[in-house]
Amino acid sequence: MRGGWSKTFAVVGAVGLLAVSACGNSDDSGGGDAAANKDVTVFTWWADGGEKAGLDGLVSEFTKECKDYKFVNSAVAGGAGSNAKQVLANDLQAKKPPSTFQAHAGAELGDYIKNAQVDDVSDLYKEFGLDKAFPQSLLDNLTVDGKIYSVPVNVHRANVVWASPAVLKKANIDATKAPASVDAWIADMEKLKAAGVKAPLATSKGFAEEMVMEVVLLAELGPDKFAGLWNGKTDMAGADVTAALEKFKKVLSYSNADREAIDWPDALQYVNKGQSGYTLMGDWVAAQQLSDKIPETAYTYWPAPGTAGTFQFLADSFTLPTGAQNPEGSKCWLKVSGSAEGQKAFNTKKGSIPARSDAVATDYPKYQQAAMADWKANKIVPSCAHGAACTLGQNDSILSAMGQFSSGLDVGVLQKALVAAAKPS
Amino acid sequence: MHGRIRTWGPGALVLLPTVLLLGYFVYGLIAWTFNTSLTDKHSARPVPTNHVGFENYVNLFGEDRFLNSLKNLGVLTVAFIVGTLLFGLLWALLLEKGVTGEGVFRSVFLFPMAISMIASGVVWGWLLNPSQGDDARGLNRLFDIIGLNFLENPWWTAGNRWTTMASIALPAVWQLSGYIMALFLAGFRGIPDELREAARVDGASEFKLYRYVLFPQLSPIALSALIILGHMSLKLFDLIYAITGPNQFRTEVPSVYMWNTLLRSDMAKSAAIAIVLLAVVAVLVIPYVAYTVRQESEE
Repeated sequence: MRGGWSKTFAVVGAVGLLAVSACGNSDDSGGGDAAANKDVTVFTWWADGGEKAGLDGLVSEFTKECKDYKFVNSAVAGGAGSNAKQVLANDLQAKKPPSTFQAHAGAELGDYIKNAQVDDVSDLYKEFGLDKAFPQSLLDNLTVDGKIYSVPVNVHRANVVWASPAVLKKANIDATKAPASVDAWIADMEKLKAAGVKAPLATSKGFAEEMVMEVVLLAELGPDKFAGLWNGKTDMAGADVTAALEKFKKVLSYSNADREAIDWPDALQYVNKGQSGYTLMGDWVAAQQLSDKIPETAYTYWPAPGTAGTFQFLADSFTLPTGAQNPEGSKCWLKVSGSAEGQKAFNTKKGSIPARSDAVATDYPKYQQAAMADWKANKIVPSCAHGAACTLGQNDSILSAMGQFSSGLDVGVLQKALVAAAKPS
Repeated sequence: MHGRIRTWGPGALVLLPTVLLLGYFVYGLIAWTFNTSLTDKHSARPVPTNHVGFENYVNLFGEDRFLNSLKNLGVLTVAFIVGTLLFGLLWALLLEKGVTGEGVFRSVFLFPMAISMIASGVVWGWLLNPSQGDDARGLNRLFDIIGLNFLENPWWTAGNRWTTMASIALPAVWQLSGYIMALFLAGFRGIPDELREAARVDGASEFKLYRYVLFPQLSPIALSALIILGHMSLKLFDLIYAITGPNQFRTEVPSVYMWNTLLRSDMAKSAAIAIVLLAVVAVLVIPYVAYTVRQESEE
C-alpha cells in the first residue's frame, strides 16, 4: 500500500512538472500564437468595491469597441497598489510586460520612463483627439520633455476637507463655508477645542498626514510656487516654506492622538460619529460616504482652507509598455480609456470624475458635479502623495520624514528631509 | 587509487547536490548581493553600472534613517530577548514544579507560536491602539475598564525609543515565550533525579539546588535560546509591517528599510543594507557555531 501511494505521488508530481513546463512553452511562443495575440492583459490594483465596478464598466465598453480582442484581467489586490507595484516591477524586469498597466499619471511614471519601460503615446493623443478633450493644464502636467506616456482615465481631487455640521455647531461655526485661510482654520479649531472637541481634525497615518502638509503648503505658497516645490523651481529650503511648515505643525496639534495607528476610513468615521470636526482626504470619500449610506445632510465639504480656486489632482492612467506582446490591442484599450463613453462607464461607478472636459455633468452624483465644474474652471496643481508630482522614491523619503516629524515635531528636521527628497533623482 | 574512490566516492556523490544547491543559492547569491552592493545600480534602468567601492556603505552610515533603524533594532533585540527568556524560564519553572493539568498549560503557552506573525501583527496593531482616557481602545481600554489607568500608554507611538520598540517586542515575546518554555522544560526534564536527590541529601536549600545544580546544566540550552531569539529578532519584518505599516520612521529596522529601498528599485542600496544585516547576524551566529563545533570535537 505504501509503495502504491508513493508511486501515485511520483506520477502526480511528474504530471505537474509537465504541466508547468507546458505553460512555460506557451508563454515563450506567445508571439507567434494567433490566440495569444488577441489577449489584452490589463494590469491594475482595482480588485474590489467601486474600483472593480469601474473597471468592469470600462471592460464592457472595451468588448463593444474592440471586438477583435479579448480582455484578460490581471489585477493585484492591495491598498493604493503597494503589492501591485512590486509584482509589476518584477514582470517589467523579466521583460514580460502586460499589454497595459495602471499607473498614477505624472511624476510616478517618471521611473518607468527613465527605465525605458513605457512608450511615448503622443501620436495616439492626436489620433484619438485627446489633445483637445483634456484640459490644457492637465496636458502640461502629463508632458515630460515634450512627450506624453499615458492616458488618464479618471481624476480625483486631493485638497478637500470633509466637515461635520453637528460638531461645528458646538462652537457656532458655519459648516457650509470654508475658512478663508489656514490661520482662520486654526482659529476655528481652537474654538472647537474650547467647546470640548478634543481632536478637531481627524487624520491618519502616512499619506493622509502628507496630504495635510501639502494643502497647508499649497495655501501658504500659492499654486505656482507650490507646483515649483516638486520640480526644483521653488526653493524647498526657503523661509516661506519654513513658515508654512510651522503652521502645519500647529494644524497637526489639533489632530487625534492615534493618528499614526489608523487609516483614512477610521479618520472619516471620527467625523461621521461626531468625535472630530474635520478630516482632510481625497474625494474618494464621496463614494465611501455613498456606499456607507451616510445622509448628505450629515457632512459638508469644501476645498481645503486657502486653496479655493485650485484643484489639486491625481489621476489613474494606462500606459503602453515597451515590448508589449500585442500593441494594437493595447492601443485599442487606451482608445476606450480615453473615450467619452469609456470614461463615463468607468467614473460613474468608481466615484471619480472624467479627465475629459466634455463630460455631461448630469450623469454624475452631486459631489462629482461640483468637482467637474471646478476641474474646468480651477487652476490645476499636482499631488505629491499620490504620485502626480513625486516619484515612488521621493514619496518613500517624504513618508519616512513625516513619521519622524509626527513624533518629534521638529520643523527643521522635516524641512531638511523635504529638501533632500525634492531633489530630482 | 580505485579503492580510495570507493571509500569516499559514494559519500561525495550524496553530498554533491547539497553542496551545489547551497553553493549556488546561498553562498553564490550572497556573493552576488555583495557585488551589487559595491555598484551604483540605483534604479531598474538598463544602463551599465560601475563599481564604486564601499560608497554605498559610507553613505548608509552617514544617514539618519539608517542609524535610526540600527538603534531601533538594538533596542528591539534587547527587549525581545530579555522578555522572552524571562517569561519562558518563569513558565518552565512553574510547570517544572508540577501543576495539575500541565498538558493544558503547556498547550496554552505554546499556542501563540502556531499563529503566523503577520496575522498576530494585525490583531496586535488593534490592541496597541494609542488612544487613552475616554477614547481608549484595545489594551488601553482594558486597563481603563479594570481600573489600571496608570498602565495606559501610547505604545509604539511614544516619542521615546525604548517604549516604542518594547511595544513592538511585546507581541513577539507573547509568541515565542512558549517555545523557550518548552526548551527549558525539556532541559529540566533531562536532568536525572539522582542529582536533585543527592543535593537534597547534602542539605541544599531549594534556592541553592536551582542556583548551583540545575541552572548550570541549562546553560547550553540558554545559549541556544539566545542565538535562536537573537537571529529571529534581527530578521523581524512581518510583525512590524503589520503593526505600524511599511514606512514608519519610529519603528523602522534594517529589514523593513531594505524592503522600502527595494520597492523604489534602489538595488545597490538595498543590497548594502542586506549585507550589513547579514554581518550583524554573522557576528551572533558564527561564534556560536564555532563553539558547538569545538564542543562536539572535544567529546
